[in-house]
Amino acid sequence: MSALSSTRPEIIVVGASAGGLHAVEQVLGPLPFSFPVPIVVVQHRARESTDGYAAVLGERTPLPVCEIEDGEPLRAPGVYVAPPDYHVLVEPGRVVLSVDEPVSYSRPSIDVLFESAADAYGASVCAVLLTGANADGARGLARVKAAGGYAIVQDPSTAESPEMPTAGIAMAPVDRVLTLDRIARELLRRALP
Amino acid sequence: MDTKLPGSYARATPPGASAGAVSAAHLDGEYAGVTALERLEIDLLLDAVYRQYGHDFRSYAFPSLRRRLRKRLEGEALTTFTALTDRLLHDPESMNRLLRDMSVSVTGMFRDPTFFLALRQNVVPILRTYPFVRIWHAGCSTGEEVYALAILLEEEGLYDRSRIYATDMSADALDKAKAGIFPLSRMREYTVSYLRAGGTRSFSEYYTANYDAALFEPRLKRNVLFAQHNLATDTSFSEFNLILCRNVLIYFNRSLKERVYELFAHSLGPLGFLCLGHRESLRFTPAEAEYEELDAKERIYRRRR
Repeated sequence: MSALSSTRPEIIVVGASAGGLHAVEQVLGPLPFSFPVPIVVVQHRARESTDGYAAVLGERTPLPVCEIEDGEPLRAPGVYVAPPDYHVLVEPGRVVLSVDEPVSYSRPSIDVLFESAADAYGASVCAVLLTGANADGARGLARVKAAGGYAIVQDPSTAESPEMPTAGIAMAPVDRVLTLDRIARELLRRALP
Repeated sequence: MDTKLPGSYARATPPGASAGAVSAAHLDGEYAGVTALERLEIDLLLDAVYRQYGHDFRSYAFPSLRRRLRKRLEGEALTTFTALTDRLLHDPESMNRLLRDMSVSVTGMFRDPTFFLALRQNVVPILRTYPFVRIWHAGCSTGEEVYALAILLEEEGLYDRSRIYATDMSADALDKAKAGIFPLSRMREYTVSYLRAGGTRSFSEYYTANYDAALFEPRLKRNVLFAQHNLATDTSFSEFNLILCRNVLIYFNRSLKERVYELFAHSLGPLGFLCLGHRESLRFTPAEAEYEELDAKERIYRRRR
């Protein structure tokens, strides 16, 4: 493990696709309500979904969950969820939106989130890539690693859809491959002094 | 020939502009993952584009700007932003390509149908009390939303007394908007959205199909003035009852957003309406104090007296 990857994260970015709600819930559920690092989540969603994803997730974690508005300040504790049909990008201390074309066939795209988080926070990013049926997020994970950040991937053998985590492992020198129940523990380990 | 509105500075130097103007690099914080050298190169590129062509991207939001610039870099098969600046300065066609990249955004007819429904139900009844309705569609891109608005106004019996100013910084996009020809392949999706937006007729009545294109009825644009206007550099040109600016301001940094909200405030009559995109809000801006929320969910605001 390099010295850089012992940097305490200032932002955690999470990407999930097919099977995501359950997976994200497993990762965020065990975190304490005072978790000190803001978490931004891209969950692939249908373009006009009104499924109240943020509200549902909010019932399954002690952390406050909201759906991102353009320019939303990042606070901790807090979970910020990408709205359908917008890309989420990271600025120092805020998240902003874009409606540029889909990336890796997706909008919101995990690659876009991860890459912009790496730009804004460099080595202070911790990226988590979960279950999914396409390769969105693999390139983004590689960028996070290139910037000195930390990469956690869900163990593909336990993922509802293994393609996305598998692609992540193939493209990036990930730090941890973990089952869902271990990811929350790892996040706590990284986040607390 | 492009129509230029009073206050348009498309190629002139606006007052206050100088080589010492504060760039986006200093306004929005330190990007730990972007080298100082790259930020310098980007600043120089934006400055060069502004000074040579008059397009001002210097206050655009950095993350989406950088993404688009990197995409252009790859498209030009170059490796540094300095090389891109070189090409942009000496090859005007490459500037057109960059402009297309900077103008790209998703638009469709009746995208966010619930917004159009709210417009129909909550704003139109008030507009109906005015003898004339003046509407500014700011950042209209290729015009889909303008035609959607025209259709809505016609169905509500308001079109005849409406004047719509549809503006965009891109002459190319405006040409497409003026033509009113859109891919036939999108019509099914638009039909669904149209119905969900409260459409009262048959959507196919509004266009004629020809090969793979849908040509929209010319009568829908007879009260529409398409004109070039740049929100980053130009000033207010009239007073309106309703301004739509949806998913445009997301590409601007905080200070440019504030400038535009000021511009809108000066362009709205008292109790005039401002409509933003589905996930945009006045919430994190000083402009919030000048408006009240008419419909918080659909991002419809009303200028306070």
